[in-house]
Amino acid sequence: MKMRKLKPKRLNRSLGGDVANIVILVIFGSFMVLPMIYAISNAFKPLDEIFMFPPRFFVRNPTTDNFRDLFLLMAQSWVPFSRYIFNTLFTTAAGTAGHVVIASMAAFALEKHKFPGSKLFFNIVVTSLMFSPVVTAIPNYLVMARLNWLDTYLALIVPAFGYSLGLFLMKQFMVTIPDSLLESARMDGAGEMKTFWTIAMPCVKPAWLTLIIFSFQTLWGATGSTFIYSEELKTLPYALNQILMGGFARAGVGAAVILLMMIVPVVLFMVTQSSIIQTMSTSGLKE
Amino acid sequence: MSAVVEKLSQHVQGTASSFKGKLVNLKDQIVKNRVSYLFLAPFAIIFMVFTVIPVIVSMGLSFTYFNILETPKFIGWQNYVRLFLSDDVFLKSVKNTFLLAAITGPIGYFASLMFAWFINELPPKIRAFMVLIFYAPSISGNVYMIWQVMFSSDAYGYVNSTLMKLGFITEPIIWLQDPRYIMPVIMIVVLWMSLGTGFLSFVAGLQGIDRAQYEAGIVDGIKNRWQELWYITLPNMKPMLMFGAVMSITSSFAVSDVTIALAGLPSVDYAAHTVVNHLIDYGTLRFEMGYASAIATVLFLTMIFCNKVVQNLLKKVGR
Repeated sequence: MKMRKLKPKRLNRSLGGDVANIVILVIFGSFMVLPMIYAISNAFKPLDEIFMFPPRFFVRNPTTDNFRDLFLLMAQSWVPFSRYIFNTLFTTAAGTAGHVVIASMAAFALEKHKFPGSKLFFNIVVTSLMFSPVVTAIPNYLVMARLNWLDTYLALIVPAFGYSLGLFLMKQFMVTIPDSLLESARMDGAGEMKTFWTIAMPCVKPAWLTLIIFSFQTLWGATGSTFIYSEELKTLPYALNQILMGGFARAGVGAAVILLMMIVPVVLFMVTQSSIIQTMSTSGLKE
Repeated sequence: MSAVVEKLSQHVQGTASSFKGKLVNLKDQIVKNRVSYLFLAPFAIIFMVFTVIPVIVSMGLSFTYFNILETPKFIGWQNYVRLFLSDDVFLKSVKNTFLLAAITGPIGYFASLMFAWFINELPPKIRAFMVLIFYAPSISGNVYMIWQVMFSSDAYGYVNSTLMKLGFITEPIIWLQDPRYIMPVIMIVVLWMSLGTGFLSFVAGLQGIDRAQYEAGIVDGIKNRWQELWYITLPNMKPMLMFGAVMSITSSFAVSDVTIALAGLPSVDYAAHTVVNHLIDYGTLRFEMGYASAIATVLFLTMIFCNKVVQNLLKKVGR
């Protein structure tokens, strides 16, 4: 009876089950979070600790030297470092935004309007996920060359719009939108674009928030080295990789780089995940 | 006799007009569905140009000898013949890949689902944080590094030193070079990394389930959380389960980064050689793109087949 009062929303839950659940999550969770702790700890290790033998998991004498060295190296860069940061931020933001909108529109049409060819097209998209990208690199390069998009932002941004994964994810979630909801919007005189944007998209908010994470992660790590040659168009991961090429002496800087590259996706992850959970814990979809 | 001829000519006319009718019908359909096609067009065009065309070109290259520098030479089925009849390493890589996929695919899939569900049982405030913790291997840079430290082959590696302290072994085990141990170690690492795309889609899917259904379930006599999972939650999650299954298949058949980072390319005695490792070996190290494309095509067809089998199994959920 006491449990009911503490948790009015959750029915049919036994106390033992709740405890077991938490114990399992803590055990496995501490196992999963190891690399993150390791990355944080490494970034603050002085050089002698990074190469210490036997290796140590946690830092003993934390220092910010690695970050200082990194910023010194950045300042020496031939192209201002802010340029690399801008390149990556711009291509990531544009690619992600375009992908979410374009893939969602296509998914909406495929799921909610049955038309000739819709099933076939969807099957092709899903099947394409299974082809190894290693061998499509050369044909992809040829396509870029034919379009004259080599060495432009377009080569990084536009292909991201058409990733198969986004369409597949959005289409699977659109199945859960009740048709009656869309029908009533149309009855009220809303056009398809309005129905899509104001009715369908809010219904599948968890889906596109999740898609933002996937797309962001892919683009954030893109070096673009096959398509981009001009130094001022190169991306942040590319520039940072160059710094790491410096060999052993740069190991400390490398650890700092890894931590800094991790921060932005993690922050974005926390923001999107908590808004997924907040919006949906109050209301579900209703027919 | 004349009746037969009449019937025949009627039949011929019939098919001709029905063909014409189909064409007109198709045109009508396109005009009628023009909004749908407009919604689909931007994605369809980009997808065709940057995915479908490269895939078709690669499949075409699998029938050629192509060393990247010279123009491809058509050699028919030769790549495939060589692949199956004279490439022992390929057959070994197929065996390894199937073993990896058969074990890590299903376990990773169920683990993703279970952990997503376990986390969903927690109070909303700490859920986002827990999702981050379980997704950590997929979001934090050079994750394999830590496993090299763990499975280091000397007595100081974490696993070796722990096992020696506990008295299970007296000498350090060379985890990443000994063919007997490479695969199990790789499997552990792959499983540990398997809470990725599918896991996040399950987390998102669990949020969208109508709460009223759970209340109705209680009226219908659902007694515990397992019954609730099977009769209400999973049937509502079917689209996400399908998505997660495809993600599991594509990732478990495409394992390659982990083996290269931990066991090297090639690994000792090819003990951890996967099909994608083989493909990378020929495509990017030996510059035999035609042969690599043949490997990719075989892998592609295998995955399509597995996907068919799994999707049929998933239709039985909640029954």
